[in-house]
Amino acid sequence: MAVITYLEAIRQALFEEMSADERVFVMGEDVAAYGGAFKVTEGLLEKFGDKRVIDTPISEIAIVGSAIGASYMGMRPVCELQFIDFIACCFDMLTNFAATSRYRNGAGVPIVVRGPSGGGVGGGPFHSLNPEALFLNTPGLKMVEPSTAYDAKGLLKAAIRDDDPVLYFEHKYLYRRIKDEVPGDDYIVPLGKAAIRREGSDVSIITFGAMVHTALDAAKQLEADGVQAEVIDLRSLAPLDRDAILTSVAKTSRAVLLYEARRTGGIGGELAAILAEEAFEDLDAPIVRIASEDVPVPYSPPLEAAFLPSVEKVVARVKGLIQY
Amino acid sequence: MDTTAAKPGRPSEALSATQLQEMYYFARLAREVEERLIILFRQSKVIGGLYRSLGQEGESVATTYALERRDAILPLIRNMGALMTVGVRPLEIFRQYMAKGTSNSRGRDLNIHIVHIPDPDADEPVIVGPISMLGDSIPVAAGIAMGARMRASMTSARAAAGEARDRTRVAMAWIGDGATSTGAFHEGMNFAAVQRIPLVVVAEDNKYAYSTPISKQMAIQRIDERAAAYGIPHEMVDGNDMLAVYDVAKMFVDRARAWEGASLIGVDTMRMQGHAQHDDARYVPKAMLDEWALKDPLVRYKQTLLERGVATEEQIGEIDRMAKSYAASEADLAVDEPMPDPSNVTRGVYAGDDFAVPRVEFVKSPFASGRAGLQTRHHV
Repeated sequence: MAVITYLEAIRQALFEEMSADERVFVMGEDVAAYGGAFKVTEGLLEKFGDKRVIDTPISEIAIVGSAIGASYMGMRPVCELQFIDFIACCFDMLTNFAATSRYRNGAGVPIVVRGPSGGGVGGGPFHSLNPEALFLNTPGLKMVEPSTAYDAKGLLKAAIRDDDPVLYFEHKYLYRRIKDEVPGDDYIVPLGKAAIRREGSDVSIITFGAMVHTALDAAKQLEADGVQAEVIDLRSLAPLDRDAILTSVAKTSRAVLLYEARRTGGIGGELAAILAEEAFEDLDAPIVRIASEDVPVPYSPPLEAAFLPSVEKVVARVKGLIQY
Repeated sequence: MDTTAAKPGRPSEALSATQLQEMYYFARLAREVEERLIILFRQSKVIGGLYRSLGQEGESVATTYALERRDAILPLIRNMGALMTVGVRPLEIFRQYMAKGTSNSRGRDLNIHIVHIPDPDADEPVIVGPISMLGDSIPVAAGIAMGARMRASMTSARAAAGEARDRTRVAMAWIGDGATSTGAFHEGMNFAAVQRIPLVVVAEDNKYAYSTPISKQMAIQRIDERAAAYGIPHEMVDGNDMLAVYDVAKMFVDRARAWEGASLIGVDTMRMQGHAQHDDARYVPKAMLDEWALKDPLVRYKQTLLERGVATEEQIGEIDRMAKSYAASEADLAVDEPMPDPSNVTRGVYAGDDFAVPRVEFVKSPFASGRAGLQTRHHV
């Protein structure tokens, strides 16, 4: 197995799926000749040609809307949004139309909408979004966010093969910082299945995306203080792996919900509700949410560092929780 | 006023007497179906609003009549005529309007929100009913035509050259004057133009978007000038002259089928009633309605048929009676059908839950024994 980056793993998934299935094509802004703003689609044009690697106008509604139409005709479009923040421009098309299509008239929409999400790179208010909470209240959509190169490839392949619309969030902080062993052949990571990244008995840190690495670093520090943290990587945000969450909390009796989006109305609220409804008897301490501050994402590094969750913040909150 | 006088070389010249009568039948059927809906509405059997296309049946039928059987239609709320022309059984309309469990959406979506997505290679029409976030249907229509073109190219790789073009689908989408003000309309039109997608957009200037007159919608004088910004062919046509509409539509549909790209038809017409039945349209000057009432598309088209000797008064009277009784019997059938089973409310959100979706029922028109090529149009 080769060690490749998170970004290369995404590209490899696109190459393999486009090679295996002529219905799969890629469209988005600057994805063809330039290879995408982050070079995720580099080399696709040369291999598959401009009929299957389509540079579009700056038109997110047209990108997603036409992908839906093409999917009705048996194609498997993969849309790239240059930054995931721009998903707000096609919010209507995704939530009102794509998400409801199967329920309304049985017309499935097998599309993938992918793009770079997340902060920590000085992207500022318009290039740092973690959008999952915007879509959590929309049945009909699926959402995934990988934290490893292995999952980046396996989840994207699963998303492309899925018969429903899948939002695939790739954390841009991880693009070139994360490398791990990725099989060069075909495999998928099934949608809706969480992974245990670290086993522990004292507290469950339930998280996903770049925050998985923050949680693992925090868990290492906590170990020195005799605290064994379990780290659950959700991988899929819709559907949620409720069993994995409940099983872990039944074991540890303490839950920390760590997510990079803003705290209020975030996915942590939904996770907390699930635990309150279904794991009340298992809990020995209050549920803790650790998330970004409830402000727009600031640009300057000291501001962004103060805004984002960090290893230090996680360690401090978990220590407090253990002493409850 | 009669712009339907025969001119050499007009596509409508090639239509047979049967086809000309068939167009009249579809427009009349659309009107009669809506007349039955008015009765059901007054009996409180229609769930939600009722939206008439009175005055716009002619252009809806004449544009659709230019399509082939496999083509895609994306009608809006005032394009009942388009659904009748592709052969959607009127029963489907009544089921939908009464929110029946037997309806195409199984009671999950309103009125003419009918969707038919056939197997990608099947010779069946594609129907995507109204998307109420107006403008959205344009990018979706572009994607359908683009996807069908891709699909045709895929299969053609294994077949003889030239086959791909025969297997493509032209998409036709209707849009009102108000909806052409949306960003989605612009993005979809521009994308279709750049990609040379076989899309024909019918932009209907029916003078009002709900209560807003077109003068507050756009500063251009003719709705078809919207298309100039996209560098695609466009033409304005008298929307209450069915043959004039057909001529322009056929020209643009043929162009699309020859893979020469997108185009836009501007239709000059009038919404003869309020936005829906609850709207008395008091904001529309009475003189304006009176003037347009004289230009009713069915009355004018009937006159054309009589003048040309294509049909007699008796024949037209027979078509009128046939359409009226068909609409009535279909409405009666739908009234007694069951409402949806509430226990299914959570089903069918995602794939893998194979909650049955009734397929759209298509019917052959009584005139479908006409010209070759149309014979199987309504028999799916």
